[in-house]
Amino acid sequence: MNEVARKPIGRFVPLVVFALMVAFFVVGLVWNQSHDARFVPSPLINKPAPDFRLPRLDRPTDFVTRADLLGKPYLLNVFASWCFACGDEHPVLMAYRDKFGIPLIGYDYKDTPHDAQAWLQRHGDPYHEVITDQSGDTAINFGVYGAPETYLIDAQGIIRYKHIGPLTPDVIAKELEPKIRALEQGT
Amino acid sequence: MNPELGQIALILALLLSGLQCVLPIVGAWRGSKPLMATAPMLAVGQGVFVALAFGILMWSFWINDFSVAYVAQNSNLDLPWFYKLSAVWGAHEGSLLLWMLILNLWTVALVAVLGNRLPQAFFARVVGVLGFVAFGFLLYMITTSNPFLRLFPVPANGADLNPVLQDPGLVFHPPTLYMGYVGFSVAFAFAIAALLGGELKSTWVRWARPWTNVAWGFLTLGIVAGSAWAYYELGWGGWWFWDPVENASFMPWLIGAALIHAQAITDKRDGLRAWTLLLSIFGFAFSLLGTFLVRSGLLTSVHAFAFAPSRGIFILVYLAVVIGGSLLLYALRAPKVTGGKSFALASRETLMVIGNLMLTVACAMVLLGTLYPLVGEALNIGRISVGPPYFGPLFMILMTPLVLALPFGPLSHWGKADLKVWTRALVRIVALAVAAGIIGFVLGARTFLELLGITASVWVMAGVAMFALKRWREAPRGKRYPFEMLGMMLAHFGIGVFIAGAILTRSMSVEQDVSMKPGSNVQVGSYDFHFNGVTDTPGPNYHAQQGTVIVSRNGRQVVVLHPQKRTYAGGQVQTEAAIQAGVFRDLYVSLGDPIGDDAWSLRVYDKPFVRWIWGGGVLMMLGGFAVVLDRRFRLKKVREPEAAGTQPDTGAPRKLAEGQT
Repeated sequence: MNEVARKPIGRFVPLVVFALMVAFFVVGLVWNQSHDARFVPSPLINKPAPDFRLPRLDRPTDFVTRADLLGKPYLLNVFASWCFACGDEHPVLMAYRDKFGIPLIGYDYKDTPHDAQAWLQRHGDPYHEVITDQSGDTAINFGVYGAPETYLIDAQGIIRYKHIGPLTPDVIAKELEPKIRALEQGT
Repeated sequence: MNPELGQIALILALLLSGLQCVLPIVGAWRGSKPLMATAPMLAVGQGVFVALAFGILMWSFWINDFSVAYVAQNSNLDLPWFYKLSAVWGAHEGSLLLWMLILNLWTVALVAVLGNRLPQAFFARVVGVLGFVAFGFLLYMITTSNPFLRLFPVPANGADLNPVLQDPGLVFHPPTLYMGYVGFSVAFAFAIAALLGGELKSTWVRWARPWTNVAWGFLTLGIVAGSAWAYYELGWGGWWFWDPVENASFMPWLIGAALIHAQAITDKRDGLRAWTLLLSIFGFAFSLLGTFLVRSGLLTSVHAFAFAPSRGIFILVYLAVVIGGSLLLYALRAPKVTGGKSFALASRETLMVIGNLMLTVACAMVLLGTLYPLVGEALNIGRISVGPPYFGPLFMILMTPLVLALPFGPLSHWGKADLKVWTRALVRIVALAVAAGIIGFVLGARTFLELLGITASVWVMAGVAMFALKRWREAPRGKRYPFEMLGMMLAHFGIGVFIAGAILTRSMSVEQDVSMKPGSNVQVGSYDFHFNGVTDTPGPNYHAQQGTVIVSRNGRQVVVLHPQKRTYAGGQVQTEAAIQAGVFRDLYVSLGDPIGDDAWSLRVYDKPFVRWIWGGGVLMMLGGFAVVLDRRFRLKKVREPEAAGTQPDTGAPRKLAEGQT
């Protein structure tokens, strides 16, 4: 490392890396405030949801598949007991679970069933059904970045909408509910 | 006492810190003795005013002066007196003031210990850099986070301290943590002073080492206190959650551990000078990041920017100036200051460099995971978390080479390769670790994780024991274990204890969530828990529902536990787990919710070896403190300040010991 430092370029590396990090952050913040980029194109929107077969949280021997859920639209909410943003989102889900008009299915992501059950017991369970993906393998097919995320999937099993990050009353009113209503009118 | 006096004291401290930054550094630059001589006076003066401000805020809490907005938000007439005092650092503004007070404690200690022992110009620069740090913090406090703002009309009672913070652990946790955070400012100031002055010799590293070790020791204690607090206060029985606040304290700890070793190499072998400089800068950078991000709420959401844009922008600018400025200085001055010896491949240095790399990469990994939600939000792709599934496995992978190499570092030689030493040590350590695994198996350890915990722990401990034996044989009586070496042995042994605790707790814990009616029993591990129902118990500023659980084993009563569920005046509910602590196991009961019919939900744990986690941490802390006592770091008083640089204290007997280490 001393050799690196003696070369004129090498000793500027830490400064340049740091400057890039700061620039990235500042640009991100400025862009965030000036740019209403709620719309994130997801390659899976309007494509069929990936096939899955996952155990239920309450009865690990029972499996739920994509085919089981066909026939009516539903919301798939990716959460985990270790996820802090999910804690923020949780009261919103509790308040809205019956207002969505369609089932809210919990997708427990990279979590142990024990921790997830304890978490739901402690905070309350907003879900009509919870499926578990301990390894996170299926989540890769869904394109999950992290928790929380929410997918709106229609009766034909097509992903119609995806929200990354916690759902807020604002997001629900402005984006999610219109999409749900549109689905209901379409069918 | 009038809170406005505190305000005035802060402004005076700001002015003095500005002078403390400018005058000594200009003096050192121009070679002006009178200007350099202002350094100690300005530092002490600033310390007096900050201490005054701190005292006044504490007094406002003591007399329940709710006209001070900060007191009204964080205290209450019914709050017990010790929590009234610790409420001073219960929120953002006051904890910044505590940070400032501790920065001044370090600076004044530096003046007292080294004031007339270091070359005057170098010392002036160190104090000047610390003045710059203080100036930034005081400016931030006065402009955006003033703890002395008044409230009108004055409320009759305060809103109360956050119940989560009403705990003995939280009285001590922030001050010890801050002692660590702020302590890294000393190593930082030494590094910047060396760059400013273009120090050709790396003697300054030896001066900085004791301070770095003490800071790291305090940081270790702070993290241990925080972990223990989370264990019994959050009611989940976990001891580490990889949550952003914990990570913020863990990152400077990792860098600090790397820095301690890098400094040792630079001090003894004159190698890795550039690396030591960079780590000194980054250690402090992470301390700043930790302090700011945690307390300002930025770490949980960039929306904190929207609520308090001035705070957010100040933080960004301050971090950019301090870190960017330091790195620029490094880029410009490094050729003069760095250089030094290189070393052979199988030497002790190589092993320490491996450890250093693993620690810094682990820190980068933690940083990435911690900022992930923030970056996602900044780029408007949503705030998403990566939790233990990300941190846990990656950290294990990164620490494996470190743990494997750890026993061999002290056993190998400085500078030269000696493979024979390694192979001989390897055979013995493997033998001891395997033997421990077999003994563990005979005693009943069956799972892979249990056996891994035992062998990994013994692997590390065996290395320490072999080193101790080697010193006992080879070094003359009385010089066998100098404090520096003792500190290393304590800390490394602590890592072994920690590994045993962390892995065995994970693999051997038995936990159950049960619903119990009064009079019913549950069996957890080899213990029988008998629930005797819940009674109402009043507390000073809360109302508690207290359960009674009788624990017995083989029909003999072990202990009676009283877990509580407290409801505070503000309506917040806080669980207090009841724990029977022991060297080999904790029995842990926390009270959940009433389910109806007198039945309650309870969490019951049998947690073996959980105390070893914190025991290991305490050993590491003691290791950090012990190093300071070493004769190596004792400096002679100098009348002619310029002469100090030429006489680092290496007496003849000490040289002998050095040659062998």
